[in-house]
Amino acid sequence: MTSTTAAGDPGPVYRDDVVRWFMIAAVFWALVGMLVGVVIAAQLAFPLLNLDLPWTSFGRLRPVHTSAVIFAFGGSMLIGTSFYVVQRTCRTRLFGGAAADFVFWGYQFFIVLAALSYVLGASQSREYAEPEWYLDIWLAIVWVTYLVVFLGTLITRREPHIYISNWYYLAFIVTIAVLHIVNNLAVPVSIFGTKSYSLFGGVQDAMTQWWYGHNAVGFFLTAGFLAMMYYFIPKQAERPIWSYRLSIISFWSLIFVYIWAGPHHLHYTALPDWVQMLGMSFSIILWMPSWASMVNGIMTVSGRWDRLRTDPVLRFLVVAAAFYGMSTFEGPLMSIRAVNGLSHYTDWTIGHVHSGALGWVAFICFGALYHVVPRLWGRQAIYSGGAIRLHFWLCTVGIVLYITSMWASGIMQGLMWRAHDSLGFLQYSFVETVAAMHPYYAIRALGGLVFLSGTALMAWNLWMTITAGTPAAAGAGPQPRLQPAG
Amino acid sequence: MASVYSIHDKLQKHSIKLLAGILAAISVGGIVEIAPLFLIENTIEKVDGMRPYTPLELAGRNIYVREGCYLCHSQQIRPLRDEVERYGPYSLAAESMYDHPFQWGSKRTGPDLARVGGKYSDAWQARHLADPRSLVPESVMPAYSFLAATPLDGARMADDLTALRRTGVPYTEAQIAAAGADFAAQASPDGAADGFAGRWPTAAARDFDGNPAQLTEMDALVAYLQMLGTLVVFPKIIPDANFNR
Repeated sequence: MTSTTAAGDPGPVYRDDVVRWFMIAAVFWALVGMLVGVVIAAQLAFPLLNLDLPWTSFGRLRPVHTSAVIFAFGGSMLIGTSFYVVQRTCRTRLFGGAAADFVFWGYQFFIVLAALSYVLGASQSREYAEPEWYLDIWLAIVWVTYLVVFLGTLITRREPHIYISNWYYLAFIVTIAVLHIVNNLAVPVSIFGTKSYSLFGGVQDAMTQWWYGHNAVGFFLTAGFLAMMYYFIPKQAERPIWSYRLSIISFWSLIFVYIWAGPHHLHYTALPDWVQMLGMSFSIILWMPSWASMVNGIMTVSGRWDRLRTDPVLRFLVVAAAFYGMSTFEGPLMSIRAVNGLSHYTDWTIGHVHSGALGWVAFICFGALYHVVPRLWGRQAIYSGGAIRLHFWLCTVGIVLYITSMWASGIMQGLMWRAHDSLGFLQYSFVETVAAMHPYYAIRALGGLVFLSGTALMAWNLWMTITAGTPAAAGAGPQPRLQPAG
Repeated sequence: MASVYSIHDKLQKHSIKLLAGILAAISVGGIVEIAPLFLIENTIEKVDGMRPYTPLELAGRNIYVREGCYLCHSQQIRPLRDEVERYGPYSLAAESMYDHPFQWGSKRTGPDLARVGGKYSDAWQARHLADPRSLVPESVMPAYSFLAATPLDGARMADDLTALRRTGVPYTEAQIAAAGADFAAQASPDGAADGFAGRWPTAAARDFDGNPAQLTEMDALVAYLQMLGTLVVFPKIIPDANFNR
């Protein structure tokens, strides 16, 4: 176990080894998750690729894709960077000793078993909560350990204030624990078998699942990554956060409002109208705290705008915040019942998710990786700056192909479903709308492939940085320098 | 006046108070939206015809869940003109009251299945599942030919019914005790054996997969698909009578 000693004498010795493991795992899972994504996108364009085998059909691989990118790639980035950030902003060593090692190995074990279980046919059929009861219990144990490590580090901090990022990390950890436990309440058929039946049924089950599902977006894919934004944008731009007061307002309103937004996934269903209306109203309100966070992130670069041209790492981080603003405008729009009547069940939703997942989540992760890897491995800089620039453009082109094709196919399919001819009959059979999707599905798969190639380029660049990068001179370069929180 | 900033100023210096503040903030929405669904009586309509799944249908439903069918097929018809015309009467809450978990879905890469029961023959369903493009050339559905080749044994279905009863599904003692026998009886080519019709008066019993020699996963899945949306009987609307009024 090696550790980084901070400059400045009685300074704490950070536990960076576990952060390094999480970063390596994150890059590995990014490649796996995006590769499976490209495969299932290609299956929708060319169904022969399902191979007529149980283990390779779209229905079993889709949860492998979503879990690998959200929980394996995103989760490893979140836990890893939270350990990196909390030590530096609290000026203290990670709490709990070997508990952090357990969090790493326990979490990776969960991911591998979850992916295997989907392929072998064990799934609860709850989107983003597919793992069966035995894995849910295991994840709950790992997650509570994670909470203890993080909270323990906060409690033993040597700074009077808890920095903004840590509010978001804490909200992410605690809320995910609550959501995970309630949404996965189930009765196993046997303690020796994988199968269980969810405790709730029908309407209540649907509401509980989408209360979970939307807040997996709100607290896993938003709060956690906002924590990264609030640390890495100021660090990379070398500017303090634009408005501390705005961060306070947006934090409390974001976490209070997000939890109400779930019912917009169930518009026009058998869920009572009053719940749908509440969900829609709060989803629209959510636009404001979301944009407050975006504005705070982007405006932090004020006075350093020139660096967007010269620093591709900052460019990743700022464009991530811009994509965050775009998706959080589109989301409230789609939560309006009249719009949702058209968009729901179509690819528009898939396009919306990916503008957030690729543009916001993946970009902020790429920026964070390029920021921390030289510091964690004691290198002067990333091996190839040109490769970072190419990576940025590959991924941007990939996103544009992806989301524009999904907008086109989603809106077109929604309109075709509801089209009536001059005699008042439905104009298109369902399968005619499927056939019309084909070119867009092919473009989407291409967009995903371009995005994946950008990620692979990053993996190579980070590998070269670690194995062949110029070592940083002691006390110089991008090595950790101890400064007061912020 | 204690502003949000002065309250926050205390929370941001105390980890446990911050934790408590976060827990308070995230609890309100979930409690307001979820708890009343268990308490307000008219959340689920009173309808005639709903019954729990038979052992064979339940096994078929578990295959539907296992294969991730919900990822491309919804089971929820919205009260919109085109959907009611395309799929039938809009879905009622009562129709999924015994669904643990619910299968409403979130995406229609394929059509809604809430009322697919009886729309196609058993032979069409079995052939379509095994080779979708032989019947629908434009389809992008995976082929599930392995279902017809995988034998299925219902000996343990009593455990499944018992687990579901713990979640509140009203299976009777007799239904649980005979679960294994009823599982086989429903797929028997000669129709229901002793007692099945008594325990499951509204369930159809026949060989579903076109292969009477063997009870396969295809039998179970087709039995499930063929009963979807058929339990609640909707009043017949006579178009002419309505048009002229």
